[in-house]
Amino acid sequence: MSPFLRALVNRLIASLVVLVGVSMLMFAIARIIPGDPARIALGPNATEAQVQALRRERHLDQPIPMQYWEYVRELAHGNLGNSLYSNRPVRVDVAQYLPATLELVFAAGLMMVLIGVPAGVLSARYRGRWGDHLGRLGSVMGVSTPAFVWGVILQLVFAYLWGVFPIEGRLTAALPPPPPITGFFAIDSILSGDMRTLADSLHHLVLPALALAMAGIGQTSRLTRASMVETYGKPFIEMAHAYGFRESRIAARYALRPALVPVLTILGLDIAALLGNAFLVESVFGWPGLSHYGVEVILHKDLDAIVGTVLIVAAAFVLANIAVDLLVAVVNPRIRLAGERA
Amino acid sequence: MTRLACSPAWRAFWRSPAAVAGLALVALVAACALFAEFIAPYPSHAGPIGDFAAMSARPSGQYPLGTDSIGRDLLTRIIFAYRLSLEMAVVVLAIAAPIGVVIGLLAGYLGPAWSYALMRVTDVFLAIPPLVLAMSITGFLEPSAIHGMMAITMMWWPWYARLAYNLTRAEKQEGYVLAAETVGASVPHILFREILPNCMPSILTKVTIDVGFVILIASSMSFLGLGAQAPTPDLGSMVADGARYMPDAWWLTVFPALAILIVVMGFNLLGDGLREAADAAR
Repeated sequence: MSPFLRALVNRLIASLVVLVGVSMLMFAIARIIPGDPARIALGPNATEAQVQALRRERHLDQPIPMQYWEYVRELAHGNLGNSLYSNRPVRVDVAQYLPATLELVFAAGLMMVLIGVPAGVLSARYRGRWGDHLGRLGSVMGVSTPAFVWGVILQLVFAYLWGVFPIEGRLTAALPPPPPITGFFAIDSILSGDMRTLADSLHHLVLPALALAMAGIGQTSRLTRASMVETYGKPFIEMAHAYGFRESRIAARYALRPALVPVLTILGLDIAALLGNAFLVESVFGWPGLSHYGVEVILHKDLDAIVGTVLIVAAAFVLANIAVDLLVAVVNPRIRLAGERA
Repeated sequence: MTRLACSPAWRAFWRSPAAVAGLALVALVAACALFAEFIAPYPSHAGPIGDFAAMSARPSGQYPLGTDSIGRDLLTRIIFAYRLSLEMAVVVLAIAAPIGVVIGLLAGYLGPAWSYALMRVTDVFLAIPPLVLAMSITGFLEPSAIHGMMAITMMWWPWYARLAYNLTRAEKQEGYVLAAETVGASVPHILFREILPNCMPSILTKVTIDVGFVILIASSMSFLGLGAQAPTPDLGSMVADGARYMPDAWWLTVFPALAILIVVMGFNLLGDGLREAADAAR
């Protein structure tokens, strides 16, 4: 096995350990709260016999380690328990709502890089001029403003006042959703060759994804600027200048690449924030993702659904981080070559 | 703190316009929180009852930022909301930071088994998006400002544990620690009298920036209805309430949103300024 592959396998095992830890933590919190989960689930009008039956069915009458063991055994079969709020398996609920959330997070991650990096590059090239100062002020504001505030402001300006983007939803009501292949409307409509649906779904995606990405754009541009400024001081850039290469070529071919590594690393960490903030943005734009479900199950004290949702979100975060690590290896020749040479 | 208080650091701090702006914003917010009763134009509007003759009034001379759907002065409610926000941030950090720092110090100093355990436990906390973890903890309880505070505290300590751990690992190699060990100083003495003072500038910088971020998370939770409940004035729930009257009563959303921006940005700029000043002094 190449060292690169071995590192990947180690990462996967470590991630699995983290996820087991997450399940234990959530399970512990869910079980130490005051009150009887079965009684809460059934409401005050249920008879004692009904409560007892539910307790037995959910293994709530057994000691907590046994309950956890039962939970893990079910989990190994891909079973996250049943939601008391929707009366369906949590797995089915999550599978229904998760793709919309992931599409939003993915689009926001893309915007972070595609807007934040060029902004940082420009800021570094015009260092000390008004554009640079404006960019830096913008990045502080981006980081300091919660995603829901960006959401309501973008919605007010671009949807209500100017009407250039739709106010809410994922598709115009008249359009049928594309056949579910990946669950990402944009990708599904490309796969089924439906350009009208594609345009409409992208049109709906712009504002929520931008609101979600704003903090990350600020962070990314700040970081890109800092590492570009550092890289510009290095001898190999001086050499490129001495050869008389054009400024734009130096920026794009030589200075940017080393600057991308810290940016991608931050992107990996930021995915946690994106997944969390997606809850806020979804609620502003009526986006049919996990947010509405998450808030409802929380308000209904639907324990299995809460634990299941958190577990899935954590798994998405861990997997996304592995994907980002692979990307870093592609961008950073030192890491990639270390793997290939062996 | 001694390192921060010496003059080159302060000179660097005052020379940075961003840092001074941050200090000004923080001072403004702190004054609002401390003297809300005296500053707010209509202190009685902080409760459930407003001026029924002026419901959803536009910003005017009488109501500088307008009134909400039951005629309460928005400026008054924002000023009182700052009090709740700062209270929450101070309580959360006063509990989470010391707990995290003590755990981090111990793990950094005591050796590999401890540090391994700490890293795995904090990995678990950091793998759950902060907002989602805080939301789910509130979910097991009842939504309220107190439970929100408890939830945010529970998810915040690992960051301080990580920071103190890394700082301790670096300081452990320094000569003064070795000297203290050689003369037989006790572990608590080495940790709290020798290592901790040298980590304080970094920890205090993080605390400053985090005041803003705790307020940000708390307002996010109350925006979703999982934080402070009506009629307590709260920035997040004010934005959520206002969003229902968009776009006609835009002031109900825009001004509380700006209020959040002001406080978070203030602490952010102030923290950055302190860090740069501390670096300049080295």
